[in-house]
Formats: sequence, C-alpha cells, structure tokens
Amino acid sequence: MKKALSLLLSVILCIGLLSACGESKSGSVYWLNFKPESDEALQEVAKLYKEKTGVDVKVVTAASGTYGQTLTSEMDKSAPPTLFVVGNTNSVKDWADYALDLKDTPIAKELNTDAYNLYSADGKLVSIGYCFECYGIIVNPDLLEKAGHSVDEITNFATLKAVVEDIHSRAAELGFDAFSACDMDSSSSWRFTGHMVNLEYYYEERDSGSTWTECPAELKGTYVENYKNLYDLCINNSTQDPKTLATGGHDSEAEFKEGKAAFFVNGSWEYSAVSETVPNATMIPYYCGVEGEEKAGLNCGTENCWAINSKASEEDQKATMDFLVWCVTDAEASRILVDTFGAMPYKSAAESTNGFLAAANEYTNKGCYVMDWATNYQPGVDDYRAGLVSALNAYNADQTDANWETVRTAMIDGWAVQYQKQNQ
Amino acid sequence: MKNNKSNFSALKKKPAKIRSMRKWSWLFMGPVVVCFAIGFIWPFIQGIYLSLCKFRLIKDAEFIGFGNYGRALADPSFNRAFWYTALFAIASLIIINILAFTVAYLLTQGIKGSNLFRTVFFMPNLIGGIVLGYIWSMIFDGILSRYGTSILENSTFGFWGLIILVCWQQIGYMMIIYIAGLQAVPEDMLEAAKIDGASKWQTLFKVTIPNIMPSITICTFLSLTNGFKLFDQNLALTGGLPITILSDGSQIKQTEMLALNIFNTFYGQNTSATGVAQAKAVLFFILVAALGLIQLRFTRRKEVQQ
Repeated sequence: MKKALSLLLSVILCIGLLSACGESKSGSVYWLNFKPESDEALQEVAKLYKEKTGVDVKVVTAASGTYGQTLTSEMDKSAPPTLFVVGNTNSVKDWADYALDLKDTPIAKELNTDAYNLYSADGKLVSIGYCFECYGIIVNPDLLEKAGHSVDEITNFATLKAVVEDIHSRAAELGFDAFSACDMDSSSSWRFTGHMVNLEYYYEERDSGSTWTECPAELKGTYVENYKNLYDLCINNSTQDPKTLATGGHDSEAEFKEGKAAFFVNGSWEYSAVSETVPNATMIPYYCGVEGEEKAGLNCGTENCWAINSKASEEDQKATMDFLVWCVTDAEASRILVDTFGAMPYKSAAESTNGFLAAANEYTNKGCYVMDWATNYQPGVDDYRAGLVSALNAYNADQTDANWETVRTAMIDGWAVQYQKQNQ
Repeated sequence: MKNNKSNFSALKKKPAKIRSMRKWSWLFMGPVVVCFAIGFIWPFIQGIYLSLCKFRLIKDAEFIGFGNYGRALADPSFNRAFWYTALFAIASLIIINILAFTVAYLLTQGIKGSNLFRTVFFMPNLIGGIVLGYIWSMIFDGILSRYGTSILENSTFGFWGLIILVCWQQIGYMMIIYIAGLQAVPEDMLEAAKIDGASKWQTLFKVTIPNIMPSITICTFLSLTNGFKLFDQNLALTGGLPITILSDGSQIKQTEMLALNIFNTFYGQNTSATGVAQAKAVLFFILVAALGLIQLRFTRRKEVQQ
C-alpha cells in the first residue's frame, strides 16, 4: 500500500516536471482581457486564429473590477501578457514603460481615427483604441408609448422629468416603473460614479474652451447641481427604494429586459443583451438641466485600448502585432469582435450593428455635440469612486442637503486630493 | 517515570543505530526545508528588500533606502487602521475565547449528542473567509434593510458584524482545542477536589483552568494573531466601507484593518505607493511577531507543569 502511494506521488511529481517542458519556440499571444462580458467571444476568436495560423492565443480575463491587480501580478511572471489594456490616463502613467510605442506600426496604420489613442507625456503612443462605446439613458419606446408618451417628446431635463415622474406616479397601474434599480454595489455603482458623473466633467471641460489632454489638478464643481438633478430623478423614480441601493442585489438589466422599467442607465455594450427582448431600445443623452442641452448627444469614447508589452520577446511582440492586424482586417474575426464590442475604429473592420451606437451617430448627424469621456481622467480612480459611492450611499439613505454637500466634497475636493496623491 | 527512564537507557545502548539514522535526517527534512525556504524564507527576504525599493513590477525594483518607512509611518490611514485593528483583535480575542471555552466545557459534561454538536460547531471553520464574508453580508443586510440601513453605511455595524463573523468562524476551532485540554485534566485531581468538598466553580477555577493553561495559551495566541492578520473577511464583508469624506475631500475608510490597508495601498493608483505598502507589510510583520511572542511568554508563565 505504501509502495503504491509513493509510486503515485512520484508519478505526480514527474508529470509536474514534464508539463514545464511544453513551451513553444515561435511567438505566441497572451491577451489579458479587461471585460468579463466579452470573454466568450474572445476565446472564440483565439480558437479561430489558432485554426487558421497555428499560432497560440491565450486569452485570460480578469475578474470584474480587478484588472489593475491582475495585470500587476501577471506582468511579474516569467510569461507575462503580450497584449494588455491601458484605458485611461491613470494607467498610462503606470504602464507606459512597459508598452511598445505603437506609432507607425502595422496596427496603427489600420486605424481610421486618432480619437481613441492614448499618448504618454513624452509623446509615445502607448495604447490604441480597439472599440468605442457610448453611454446615456437606455429607453424602452414601447413602454413609453403605453404610458402615453414618446421618445421624441424628451428633449431636455424638464421634459424628461415630466415623463419620468408621470410614469413613476402611475407605476402600480401601468405595471412598470420609470428607472430600473440604481444599485451602488461594485457591479453597478460605476454607472453613476464613472459614467453619469461624466456630465459634470464634460461641461467643465467644455467651459475651459479646449479638450483636456491631461488630468486637471482640480475641478470647479459648476455642474454638480446638474448631476444632482438627474441622479435624484433616477433614484426617486425607480423600481427600488433608494434606501436599499447600498448593497445592491437587484438586477437592473433584467428589470429593463423584462419590461419592469422604461429607463436604464447604461451603455452601448448592453445592446446585445437588451435587444433580445426590447429590439427597438434606444438611447438618449444625460439631460440634466444645462442650458442648450437640446443639442446634447451621447457620451462617446472608450476605455478599451490595446497596448503591446515591450518587455515581451521579439517573437511574441511580432506574433501579437500580427494577431491584432488579423483581428481588425479578417472579415470573420472582426465580425465577432464588432458584435461583441459595438464598433471598432479600423478601416477594414466589420460594420457595426449596435443600435445604441447608431443612435449616437444619429445625434451627431443632427448636429448635436458629442460628450467625450472626460471621466477617463479621474485621478486615483478606485479610491475616488469608492469615496463617491460611500457619500452617495449616505445620501440615498437620507436625502438631506448636508449629505449632498458630502457628495459634492467627494466629487470635487476628492478629485484634488487624489490628484495630489497621484502626483506626489 | 520509571518506564520513561528505562526506555531512554534502552535507546542509549544503541548509539550506532542512531548515528546511522542521523545520516539520513537531511533526506527526510530536506523537502520540508526546501519548501519552507522557497515558500517562506526567500519571499520574506525579498519582501524586506522590496520595502526599500521603488517599483511597479518586482523584477524592476530600484533601491531607494528607508524613505518608504517614513511615508508609511506618516500615513494617517495606516495609523488609524492600526488602532482599529488593535481594538478589533482584543474584542475578538476575549469574546471568542470565552465562548469557545464555555461551549467546550458544556460539551465535555456528557450531554447527549455532544459529538454531533462538536461537528456542527466546527463546520464554519471549513468555509473560506471570502465566502463567509459574502454570506454574512447578505444575512446582515437582510436584517438591516428592514430598518432602511446597511452594514456598509454604519461603521458600528461593520465592526460588530465582523466580530460576529469571526466568532462564528473561529469558536468551533478553539472549542476543539479546549475540549482536548479539558479531557486531559487528570481525573484524580478532579476527584480529589470533589472529596475535599470543592464547589463546581472552585473546581473550575482552581483545578480545571490551571490545568488547561496550555490550551489557553494556544487559543489566545491564535485568536490574537488571527485578529491582527484578518483580511479576507474584512475585504468581503465591508471592504473598508463606509468612507467618511473629510471637508478637504480626503477619505477615511472606517472599517479598514491593517492587512486591508496594506492591500489598498499596494493596489492604489500611485506607482510609488507599492514600496510604501511593502514597508507597511514589514512593519506589520514585526508587530504581529512581537505581539505573539510577548503573549506567548506571558501565558507560559502561568502554565502548570504536570
């Protein structure tokens, strides 16, 4: 018996040793993916590439909200990711030294716009956008109609408020409410602390007269009240009591899909899920009471930018570059990717079928202004957002002016504090 | 005693055999020594080195000297986390040990089904900290939501919630140690106490407790260091929330304990903070090791030699 056991143990040991020998000589690709919801599609693309070229593509997806941690530990390993995501100014600061300068590389030449590229302070092209997205308020036009309204009626905050409050007041009779749950747990709070808050940043940026190119040291807070307008409207006219939002547990997406709510604060990546049951779902801008907002469009930008690991071996870098070019030029691959991501800013990539991005285009064609993603400049983004969530939790539980002042402090003064911390 | 002595002399008679066995000691100890070196000693040395460096990735560390320690000690959040952790460790130490001893005492009184109870009490220990944290956050919020609040909104709830969680998790474990101790209390001493007319309480305090001092040492040692090292339960239950926003915009994470503070510092957004986090970790080690040693010495003195 003992002999058998020791034999078994030594066999296990040997297997462990052998498995270390299976490394390939030619280059391979290791993509550390940022979006859990696109993992399935990326695995499919990786498999397709292996079938067509024989090159290994490993796609690993970091758990939601842990990309920074996963990237830090993966980069330290002997076989680090060759392809990773550097999506905002914050991570450009952290990872510029590990990113290949993509200027004039084959993949950069495939781009059809420079709008989503991120440069380091010394002008190095650190990462390039692989998709772009938009966010705003997703609307179910059928439910609006049932309530006796229409999407066209909504052109600014006043009209939005009228429709929302009317639906909420008749929720019992209609069988659905205005907004779906606005949970503040980590799976949902970014809709308000990362996205909706963009309206404050964007309008400040616009006031400054030029587009931000780096994180401003402080904010003025001119548009905090506008954020409050829209935020209050969302939480107080929703399927859930604002007091129950702190720990979450409500499925906002399902509420919208099942027709329990007519409005859903989210972005274009939700299109494939939402359109299953609400095929004519559309998206409207963050109307918040700013003057001239009848001309507002959706918030367009991206946090999805590819960076190639400059410390990876030459072969791996080459293999990664080839893979990227294939992703945006191959009809089949770019079709899968575009369907997953919404749209890709590349000349030969497949056409987008995303209804929300189509809505974004429609606004732009009507001459509306695009609200860019100023939110990508949030300094110390995790701590900053955590502070904001905590302040909003207190406000949700008790909607007093004092509690709102704390929200303002977290949003405006918190920015300056995090900026100092980051640049010390 | 006699028996022991004869055994010992019997061994002494065969020195050749012992010597030939000793040659093999490295073979048997080797794997453990290697594993210990790889898994503990080397990372430990590297950790100390990294606390003197500035780095984004471990392999690109750049030596900068003791600056990280200065910044770690000057960090108000670290200071706060220390006192919060100390308070938590002491509270959990007292509560866990009193309850664990009580349960152990009751379950050694020959109650029917005590084996079943022992198993049931021990079971929470088999669940991982993260899972426990999420389960309990659902339980607490299930109750608190009826009163329009949540464990993430009130630091008092956060503190006691965490105490309840660790009690639930660790009492069973400590109980097993206490039961072993209680069963080793010599019958003759208990009988002598009974014959001498000692009351139940007198027997407990004068005979039983002095005799289980080794178990008390182990349990207080374990629960104190567990309290200080607590991480996953803290992360999963409250994650440091609620955050108080000061008027200048800076934040205080109300329920952030030391280990979580180190973690948050390391993965904060500032590249140079990784070294500071590492320095905090070294300070943390010194603290926990020192506390453990002091405590061990203190309780050892009270042990009864049998």
